[in-house]
Amino acid sequence: MDRNRAPLIQQSNAERSGGFSRIALGVPTLFLAVFVVWPLLAVLARSLVGAGVGDVLDQLTSSGFRSVLWFTIGQALASVALTLLVGLPIAHVLARYDIKGSTVLRALVVVPFVLPTVVVAAAFSALFNRVGIDLDRSFAAILAAHVFFNVAVVVRIVGGFWGGLDRRETEAAMVLGASPMTAFRRITLPRLAPVIAGASLVVFLFCFTSFGVILILGGPTRATLETEIHRFAVFRQEFDSAAILALVQLITVVALSAGAARFQRRQSLASRGRVRTAKLPLNSAARRTYVSLVAVVAIVVVVAPMAALVEQSLRVGDGFGLSHYANLLERGPLLPVAPITALGRSVMFAVVAAAIAAAVGLLGASAIARGGRGGRLLEIGALVPLGVSAVTLGFGYLVGFAALDFRSSIWIVPIAHAVIGLPFVLAATVPAFRSIDSRLHEAAASLGADPATIRRRVDWPLVRTPLLTGAGFAAAVSIGEFGATSFLARGRSSFTAPMAVFRLLSQPGQLLRGQALALSVVIGLTVALLALVLERRRRDSVSLL
Amino acid sequence: MRKFTALVSIFAIGAASCGSGSSEFETLDAGSVAEAETGGVEITLVTHDSFVVTPGIFDSFTADTGISVEVLSGGDAGEVVSRAVLSAGVPEGDVMFGIDNTFLQRGLNANIFTAYESPMLDSVPDELELDDEHRVTPVDFGDVCLNTTVDGIDGKVPTSIADLTDPAFAGTFVTENPESSSPGFAFLLATIATFGEDGWEDYWTDLAAGGVTVTSGWSDAYYGEFVSGGGPKTIVTSYATSPVAEVLFADPPIDTAPTSVILDSCFRQIEFAGILAGTAHPEAAAKLIDFMLSPTFQADIPLNMFVAPANSDVELPAEFIEHGVDVPSPLTLSPEEIEENRAEWTQRWTEIVLR
Repeated sequence: MDRNRAPLIQQSNAERSGGFSRIALGVPTLFLAVFVVWPLLAVLARSLVGAGVGDVLDQLTSSGFRSVLWFTIGQALASVALTLLVGLPIAHVLARYDIKGSTVLRALVVVPFVLPTVVVAAAFSALFNRVGIDLDRSFAAILAAHVFFNVAVVVRIVGGFWGGLDRRETEAAMVLGASPMTAFRRITLPRLAPVIAGASLVVFLFCFTSFGVILILGGPTRATLETEIHRFAVFRQEFDSAAILALVQLITVVALSAGAARFQRRQSLASRGRVRTAKLPLNSAARRTYVSLVAVVAIVVVVAPMAALVEQSLRVGDGFGLSHYANLLERGPLLPVAPITALGRSVMFAVVAAAIAAAVGLLGASAIARGGRGGRLLEIGALVPLGVSAVTLGFGYLVGFAALDFRSSIWIVPIAHAVIGLPFVLAATVPAFRSIDSRLHEAAASLGADPATIRRRVDWPLVRTPLLTGAGFAAAVSIGEFGATSFLARGRSSFTAPMAVFRLLSQPGQLLRGQALALSVVIGLTVALLALVLERRRRDSVSLL
Repeated sequence: MRKFTALVSIFAIGAASCGSGSSEFETLDAGSVAEAETGGVEITLVTHDSFVVTPGIFDSFTADTGISVEVLSGGDAGEVVSRAVLSAGVPEGDVMFGIDNTFLQRGLNANIFTAYESPMLDSVPDELELDDEHRVTPVDFGDVCLNTTVDGIDGKVPTSIADLTDPAFAGTFVTENPESSSPGFAFLLATIATFGEDGWEDYWTDLAAGGVTVTSGWSDAYYGEFVSGGGPKTIVTSYATSPVAEVLFADPPIDTAPTSVILDSCFRQIEFAGILAGTAHPEAAAKLIDFMLSPTFQADIPLNMFVAPANSDVELPAEFIEHGVDVPSPLTLSPEEIEENRAEWTQRWTEIVLR
């Protein structure tokens, strides 16, 4: 089989491009070592000084700890399952059917991802109360919010890959008598499996370390590893207890990532390149019903909460108006800078963070796809930042870079954001690198192309689109990021838009609330716009193929 | 191997900074501060996310002393203390602002401050100075109080902390989890100060029996559950200045606050500044402490941070006097007592209210 043959060819490629593959592996490894591994080791070591083995065992065997651990994993698994259930059909419809407004919907779906939790929680409560459902502080509220936030990951990452799959094999199977379901199960699903696994893992890690959603929508009776680490590290300042939980979190993340990486390696099937296939027309009643059904789900899950938010932000005095939006232009009370300045800063950080994540991620993805022990370690290590708590990482920077001025440098924010955005770039690009048929390389090489030319002419056109998707996500993550940012000490010049929303909601008054909601809407619009621009680039790049 | 060496050195740093847990601290002499030449010195003020000043507020300070000030803010009050404790000896900045009386003892125990008795303390009431050694200097104060709608329930308005257990108010109260919220913790302390070690648990048992809603944070309580944020509850744990903000930030504008404060429920929070031990510029840091007590800085505090200036020579803005309340005898507990019992109290509270 291909699997047995592949390493030989990859090795010969590696020999020919030794210098490049060393850089491809070395740069991302160094990046992660400095900005993830080192700070984590530093803060864990610092916190565990003086903790005896007995203390550790006592804590790990307590019933409270076990229930926290199981709840953390359980809610994350349930969230992943629900997100897939909602996200996969949307991904399918957007990837395969010719429907009006699909570009806009694909852009809109990213918006929830960046909305501040406080604001989303309020929008959710308002929405559900209106239809008579009291979701406040319940398990269902946590799941609903997690689906809302993460459906974009599935729709974009899986959908992007799905749209580029060669449908001729499926069609051939159906000509030979396979039912659409059988064709999907035997041909499409195996090809999608690695990318579904990658997206699921990202969603899992997001929910595994979710903080605001658990605290606000889950209420004070529900605790996860993340909220417990925060409680111990910040409220009780029992750093040893916090560090033990952080270690458990870290080990779980590494084990899961290793499992998922193994699965993805085994399942990756080479395909003969990504092709632009015609979208299916809505020419039968069954198709129309299916697409309408999915559209309704998408609207209920993604669009309705956003619409509620927009409506609330327009409420001025006793009527409606735009004054909350106008107020964003000036520095009002409670804020160090005007909200619009904070938004500009967020966008700047996002661009820098996405550029770093894309550059490091592109190199990393090629190294991971090439395989080897270094590549496997890198694949696992890159996911760690998503799965460890913001407190741990934030305090890690504080302790790890204590001897340097770096811990209060303005660069620390975009770098921390790039670290968190990197897994998205990898989730999107690694499957693309793996799906490159090695025969394409052989053919190019036999025609006299050197490794650099092969990378430029064969690999680059095939990974460019997924890279844009991943970089777009990294930018979105950066714009919406609140947790880790709030743990880094920053000057007035690094005040971001999500921090402004948070600050505005720290005192009573409808003017402040209105401004916070308006700013949230503008953050969402900014990201939607960014997604639309990338969408256009995406189409251009596909049509170049 | 290199990794191993690095690890060992971290452990060594950690052990060294933890080992110095004695109660020794340095003291800075006010005379030497006044004489110190500080022109061209750059110092950093480390503080929490709620720190807001009018841009340019430090300009006059820089003009007078030659010291330029950079502000680094991040996290809430608890996080600021955690950061300072974790980086004890190699501080992120030169001065820390924002440690309050509920966290004070922890900071003092961790030895993160250099003592300095500012001459400006003459203008500060004695009851705000909680550390006799002057390792920290009070900068502002405020009160966490129960807020209620002026309309009440069927015309009945609670006027005392004890009224909340009245069946007429059952199910109308929302407060914050003391383990995740500073006002939530302050109100727990208020009940302990009011009903004593023997009585506070019964009070909460009664409250829980009548139905009390608990949220994780202030925003969630005020904007998610309280009437003026759009929710159903008519009593909320908030601040003494919340009615002022209700008027200032009302939309449409209003003349009188729709909420009032239950005066006997107010727990006092005092915020302090301190020179971080290990600073390379102790004299410049001390001058910044003096400046933070000056009328220029103190007058800037109320409308930016909604707390009162510690300097009693500085008057409150008219808005505060018109719509605010004077809390005649706020509740308080000593920092030592709070630190000693924090874990036990919050544990008991969790068992009574959340289980």
